[in-house]
Amino acid sequence: MSFTFPVLTAIIFIPIVAAVIILFMNPKQRDLIRGTALSTAVVLLGLSAFVYFSYNGEVNRAGGLLEAQEQLVADGGDLIGSQMFKDGLRFEEKYTWVDTVGISYHVAVDGLNAPMILLTGMVAVAGVLISWRIEDRIREFMAFFLLLVAGVYGVFVAVDLFLLFFFYELAIFPMYLLIAGWGWEKLREYAAMKLTLFILIGSVIAFVGAIAMVLTASNFFSSEAGAAIFAQAQQSGLLSTTAQTFSFDIVQLTVAAEAGAFDAIGYFGVETLTFATFWFPFIFIGFAVLAGVFPFHNWSPDGHVAAPTAVSMIHAGVLMKLGAYAALRCGVQLMPEGAQAHLPWIVFLTLVNVVYGAFIAFRQRDFKYVIGFSSVSHMGLVSMGWASMNVIGMTGAGLQMFSHGAMTALFFGCVGMVYERAHTRDIPSLGGFIKKMPWVGFAFIVGGLASMGMPGLSGFIAEFPIFMGMWAASDSITLQIGGFTLSNYYSIMVIISALAIVITAAYVLRVTSQVFFGEFDAEKYPDVGDIAITDRVILLLLGVPLILVGMMPFLMAPMVQAGVNPVVAMLGGL
Amino acid sequence: MGEFNYLQQLPAIAPEIGLTILAVVVLALDLYLPESRRKGTAYVAAFGLLGLAIVPFIWSPVSGIDSYWGGMVRYDVLAQVFKVMILLAAGITCLIAVGTHDLARKGEFYLIIIVSTLGASLLSAASDLIMIFVALETLSIPLYILATFRKGDPRSVESGMKYFLFGSFASAILLYGFSLLYGFTAQTNIYAIADYMTSPEFGLNAAPIVVSLVLIFVGFGFKISAVPFHFWTPDVYEGGPTPGTAFVSVASKAGSMAVLMRFLIAIFPAEFVINGQVMQEFWIQLVIVLAVISMTIGNVLALVQKNIKRMLAYSSIAQAGYTLIGIASIQTMYLTDGMTDLSQTAAAQGVAAVTFYMFMYTFTNLLAFAVIVIFTEATGSEKISDLAGLSRRNSWLALAMTVGLLSLAGIPPAAGFFGKFFLFNAAVTAGLEWLAIVGVLNAIVALYYYLVVIKVVYVDRHEDDEVPIALNMTTAWVLGATTLSVIALGVLPQAIYNWALSSASTLFA
Repeated sequence: MSFTFPVLTAIIFIPIVAAVIILFMNPKQRDLIRGTALSTAVVLLGLSAFVYFSYNGEVNRAGGLLEAQEQLVADGGDLIGSQMFKDGLRFEEKYTWVDTVGISYHVAVDGLNAPMILLTGMVAVAGVLISWRIEDRIREFMAFFLLLVAGVYGVFVAVDLFLLFFFYELAIFPMYLLIAGWGWEKLREYAAMKLTLFILIGSVIAFVGAIAMVLTASNFFSSEAGAAIFAQAQQSGLLSTTAQTFSFDIVQLTVAAEAGAFDAIGYFGVETLTFATFWFPFIFIGFAVLAGVFPFHNWSPDGHVAAPTAVSMIHAGVLMKLGAYAALRCGVQLMPEGAQAHLPWIVFLTLVNVVYGAFIAFRQRDFKYVIGFSSVSHMGLVSMGWASMNVIGMTGAGLQMFSHGAMTALFFGCVGMVYERAHTRDIPSLGGFIKKMPWVGFAFIVGGLASMGMPGLSGFIAEFPIFMGMWAASDSITLQIGGFTLSNYYSIMVIISALAIVITAAYVLRVTSQVFFGEFDAEKYPDVGDIAITDRVILLLLGVPLILVGMMPFLMAPMVQAGVNPVVAMLGGL
Repeated sequence: MGEFNYLQQLPAIAPEIGLTILAVVVLALDLYLPESRRKGTAYVAAFGLLGLAIVPFIWSPVSGIDSYWGGMVRYDVLAQVFKVMILLAAGITCLIAVGTHDLARKGEFYLIIIVSTLGASLLSAASDLIMIFVALETLSIPLYILATFRKGDPRSVESGMKYFLFGSFASAILLYGFSLLYGFTAQTNIYAIADYMTSPEFGLNAAPIVVSLVLIFVGFGFKISAVPFHFWTPDVYEGGPTPGTAFVSVASKAGSMAVLMRFLIAIFPAEFVINGQVMQEFWIQLVIVLAVISMTIGNVLALVQKNIKRMLAYSSIAQAGYTLIGIASIQTMYLTDGMTDLSQTAAAQGVAAVTFYMFMYTFTNLLAFAVIVIFTEATGSEKISDLAGLSRRNSWLALAMTVGLLSLAGIPPAAGFFGKFFLFNAAVTAGLEWLAIVGVLNAIVALYYYLVVIKVVYVDRHEDDEVPIALNMTTAWVLGATTLSVIALGVLPQAIYNWALSSASTLFA
């Protein structure tokens, strides 16, 4: 690559710089503030799209990434997974940061996070646009919103475990303030605090696990067997020649994981325990809390409902993916043995998410709560896709992250537009809104169809492979509890979760019929009129990709597959 | 040691000599200047202290020579770091005090701060039981006076009395511990004590050593306000003049942490074994217990506070608990298999983590207190609920407060995140994963009450919402500089952390 402009660094730091500039502006110059925020977001979207399509080109061109990966598998070797992961990184930048403790600033894009970067760009623009009419302290609002966006970008592109945590926690604080400060008065303080504490408890325990992991890897590389692997990896270019053994670099930890550093038995002196089997649940679930995994999903509906629309969009649309993404990156990829030991039972939690989330969504009267619980249900499918541990299921989960992100942001956008004009979200008292707001009604229907997995929309492209992957994995996965062995149960789970899709269809249709169709009460809702041009941009921005990915899955699916291949190789599935 | 060479010995106490001169100058100025121009005293004190912070760089420690003035003090990198830290803290404290109506013209306030700084600075370098005690008292006695500074306020008088009584008890107990050590070894230099105790002539069993250790811990535990020696903290924080409180919370704690590390590492090295019992394990267990209860009790009690200064008092107790995690990690001091340099040992990382933590804590806490001083100055209230609407009254003040509290809570990009990371990293390296877990869970509890304050600042409304709070020139600069320092330490901690690591290697040399 001859193009050396540090795109990813620009993506992270442009919003930070813009936030600081906005904080220095005169709070009375609202247009200037909004304009700066919007132009920042548009620049981010442009850079994100550039990164996405460049990467897509890398994957799809002749002799591109997928073919190279097949070649690697055909050649065989000890460190295929790590090699594949390392080879898949593009736009890579690495600088030393605190090298005394093995921390570097290492960012890159691979097939898993490239769609997430695009999604973040889309939601950033949509979020700024939908907050256009905020009156109260818009300066602070926009500054915190951009900081949040920067944190989200940082987590997605981090290839250093410490950097990932740094941005993860960086993102949480502006989110707290945005919800507590600009959210729905009735619920905001409680919901914001609950959300922050839930998410942080999960991540800080995972953080201790991460430090322990780095130390274990360092001890491994210092041992005789490990030193040989280290030298081998340095020779093949996996690790730099100046690499230290103690390092938070994810590439290096992947090498350690693949070489078996975390699989030595006798951790804590317990014979059956290894580092990976002990820490995997803490790290995977610690992050999955943010993806809304049962029973730690409780913060999510309240948080989404309490948040201002822009924050609901970015939260349900992007932040929940951070959890799922980090759970895969730090959990499954770095501790494949732990994943094989634990995901067969964690899958039950995800099943509860899928089914229970859908049922609860069906019972809600509040428009926004319906969407909040539908997120819990759909994010369950992502975790379920990870649990399939094969290429097709995980690719589906990767696609579902994008699909659900765009879809749910679209939903929250629609809810926000309805609420802004009707001043209520009580479903039974709404009705006939499609006559006044045809764009919103149409967008909601598109989102709803995607949500129930209608072929031709992105939801189908995402959910169908998840079910296929689960079905395919069914033969090979067994769960042993005590003396009792459970096998072939993944296929039963597929059947149950497919039923949940029916419930999804039911609640989507119920909301559509009650809110958008039926009689419109003009006396009750005098303010309801058609939406502004900015709102139409939001709907197009989020709705069109749902259709594009659904009609043309080759725009995304091969890329995601290239992203999950290394992880599956780590799991021994290639 | 050879011939006594003054010129060679002087640099070791150059900042202290400077402080003594500064104290005399401030005293003279206070008498000489007329009331109207007495603010000059404050500026002389503040910039004098900040200027003296450069001195340890001008005469930096000479490698190879550690012991000065007949073994009374050491001048190594650890002493250098802590001296800089304490002098900066004192200077910033004076600048904060300039902005208040009641302290700006009181020369004696600055005199007290300077003398106390002298004690703290000496304490961080002291390597002799006598010197430790003298430095500790030089540090403490001015602070007793400081606590009672607001004579008209019964809370202040009460807090001073409490501080004095508790402090005297703690000193007496500490002295008793010292006298036992002296009785066992007939030495006062801590390195000489260690040498004697590890030599074959030493015939005592473990029990009396442990007794003296516990007694000494009471004295240091009081100064760093670890539970159960913390009872004075909330009262003194609340009762004293706020800039003084800021000083108590950082400088006196930093000096005590330095001497605690130096003392424990010197007297109880890993090779000090009596009847097969490694003595180091005793104090490590003791520190672990103190760390856990300090963090937990500090944080839980902070949850219910209504007064911001009391809340910060309990939070500082919890912060002492976190710092003790770093001290508890100072165990294996020697290279084990596969390690190539000293900085990888848990012990070195522990020392470095504690040093870095105190460094960032100095700026963080001064920042938080500076905001409180400005706020109290404008409104006369110290209640958390009165902070409502602060972001509408002055958004910069609100932002500074937020950065300070986030740093205390350990959220990036503020310095506290790296501070806590280094501590937990040291703990995990030392095999104390569970202690790190207790630490992070406590950090979550703490996050709750910090976030509540931030919420009050940004979300809640107040009847005086529309009354802006003005910042004057000096306070604006202090706020800006400390806020930027906190963020800089949180984004680029490398330089300070490496400095702290090199201080660790001088301790184990």
